[in-house]
Amino acid sequence: MIQLIYLTVLLPLVGFLINGLFGNKIKNEKIIGLIASGAIGISFLISVGAFIETLGLPAEHRKSIVDLFTWMNVGGLNIHFAYQVDQLSLIMALIVTGVGFIIHVYSIGYMHGDKSFWRFFAYLNLFIFAMMNLILADNFVLLFLGWEGVGLCSYLLIGFWYDKKFEKMTTSDAGKKAFIVNRIGDFGFLLGMFLIYMTFGSLNFGEVFGRVGIFNVDQNVFNFIAIFLFIGATGKSAQIPLFVWLPDAMAGPTPVSALIHAATMVTAGVYMVARCSIIFASAPAILTVIAVIGTLTAFFAATVGLVQNDIKKVLAYSTVSQLGYMFMALGVGAFSAGIFHVMTHAFFKALLFLGAGSVIHSMHEDQDIQNYGGLRKHMPKTAITFLVASLAISGIPPLSGFFSKDEILWKSYANGNLFYWGVGAFTALLTAFYMFRLYFLTFEGKSRYGKDKHPHESPKVMTIPLMVLAVLSAIGGFIGIPALFSGEGGNVFEHWLEPVFKNADARLALYSAHSHSQEIIFMVASIILAVGGILIARHIYMKKPSIASSAMKKFKGLYNLLWNKYFVDEVYDTTVVTPILKTSESFLWKITDAKIIDGAVNGVASVVNSVSKNIRKMQTGVAQFYALIMTLGIVAALFWIILSL
Amino acid sequence: MQIPIEYYLIVSAFMFVVGVAGVLTRRNAIVVFMSVELMLNSANLTMITFASFMGSSVGQLFVFFVMTVAAAEAAIGLAIIIAMFRNKLTVNIDEINILKW
Repeated sequence: MIQLIYLTVLLPLVGFLINGLFGNKIKNEKIIGLIASGAIGISFLISVGAFIETLGLPAEHRKSIVDLFTWMNVGGLNIHFAYQVDQLSLIMALIVTGVGFIIHVYSIGYMHGDKSFWRFFAYLNLFIFAMMNLILADNFVLLFLGWEGVGLCSYLLIGFWYDKKFEKMTTSDAGKKAFIVNRIGDFGFLLGMFLIYMTFGSLNFGEVFGRVGIFNVDQNVFNFIAIFLFIGATGKSAQIPLFVWLPDAMAGPTPVSALIHAATMVTAGVYMVARCSIIFASAPAILTVIAVIGTLTAFFAATVGLVQNDIKKVLAYSTVSQLGYMFMALGVGAFSAGIFHVMTHAFFKALLFLGAGSVIHSMHEDQDIQNYGGLRKHMPKTAITFLVASLAISGIPPLSGFFSKDEILWKSYANGNLFYWGVGAFTALLTAFYMFRLYFLTFEGKSRYGKDKHPHESPKVMTIPLMVLAVLSAIGGFIGIPALFSGEGGNVFEHWLEPVFKNADARLALYSAHSHSQEIIFMVASIILAVGGILIARHIYMKKPSIASSAMKKFKGLYNLLWNKYFVDEVYDTTVVTPILKTSESFLWKITDAKIIDGAVNGVASVVNSVSKNIRKMQTGVAQFYALIMTLGIVAALFWIILSL
Repeated sequence: MQIPIEYYLIVSAFMFVVGVAGVLTRRNAIVVFMSVELMLNSANLTMITFASFMGSSVGQLFVFFVMTVAAAEAAIGLAIIIAMFRNKLTVNIDEINILKW
């Protein structure tokens, strides 16, 4: 099965080609959905097969390369189309194809009746193709192919309903914003790649990572490589300062938000940093930067999530915040904890988005939670699964989110310091609060929607994916039970990923000399904070709604700041977008283009024109004049020949 | 006593220069035409001369070709001149200058 891993990449591409080229003719939604989901489903089965096969191998042989063909061979650069199957890429492949499959199935129900049904599934398959390239690549160039590919699909899918209004703009504006902001990050990533090639003479993962410890490289070079790669990660994974595109990415259909902007694509940055762990471990200063940025992103995004009223916007900021946690983990050197959170987050955040999609569906595309309320009795399955996901993201044991978040928080203290832990734990409280604010306002209390709306449970094709994800969100954490509880075996998930990160760990030389009792104290503290967040939300939104409005009036300045998302968009608008637009218009267009470039082109033409106006007088039409010129020419030529003899 | 080769060549060169001068200076198309024939014949004379002095028949062979072509050319040229005269009622080539800027 490992040797067949290329099929997990190829099948989505085939699905994309069939639906993309013939979907318009097929028309039948069932067939289109079957082709698209089938391609991903088979990919998932192959990934499972490869996983089982790898599981049977001894730990030191669990990495294999499936080399398909040479992609380019120019000078010293030799890039293969080769896929790397190891512990890390298998985990990611299982997440992407597994969650991807569930979301494909869900989309069959969600997109039912859409005029571009086929286009949606073609894009989704293309996305999985690109994403699989990204995670299975065994060199930076192939990874970059996937990296750009997922960016493209993200753009296509955000602007999927290109004629739909979105806030002050259209969905295609949101798509463009995502693409451009991503490009800024990608530029950093490219620079990092160039620097890696310059330093290590290769772009192959095995060769580069093998040479890190051997080559004598200046510390500054490591720092630059790491910071450039991290800039790429901030773009793709929506970290400060490049997170602004993700909330706007919610303009796309909800399954897209679930698949691309929550579960898989946005974790690409986390994956990439984890993959290059040895490089980052060689640049401890940059790791600190990552940890700080992750922590701040987690905190600020969570505070914005507190006051938003658009159900998808809350989830979007929650995603940014959770990604911040992941980077916090990476930053303190807890790579496997970061990947663990990627996995559990994929489960519960996909579930939250799909649940939100189910709600939006039944509320006729209304996304304002102030207009919801009391939906639980109308759509019990959605409500229960949503509750499970909310508990999971809040970090309530024994759901999956608890284990991964607690792992991160503990490592942030054990490997880092009390600051990371403090901010992280407080963010956990905020997380619990805004998630349950969302839950209570949507599903509990009195209904606030108009009489024209008739909430109803979604069809089975949508609720069954919800239930599957709910089960995964509930039990997914058990594979990563901390060593504290599981005794001898230690953390199974961490143990599984150990070979991938052992070099980085050795380089960082972290040893936590912390006692178990300390770990328990921190764990209990974070549980108390999470439960506290839920209880506060319950108190405010279930018992005394007046508190919310009075708090809003009391802290008007703060509320405005949060409501307007710290004015980041506005700041970028005035400092970056408007100056660029203004310079483009008044300088680049009206001076450089209209004056200099056009002037040069027109100037050449008019010079030629005026010169030829005079020269053409030679063309007298008298044959004898031509003959005279010819004779003179021949005579001159003869003279020259004779004299030079 | 044999006439030296230079004499032939001088005559031939003189005929050629007369031909060139005629082509460049005369206005009447028929005279220009005759001057062209003069140039051709001067070339013929040169070839005959060399053929005779070098004992080779190649030059004579070429002269036949040239004479054939000259005959054909004369026929076509005169036909063109007649056609031109019918249109413009003149054979003065400096008046026939419609192919100009």
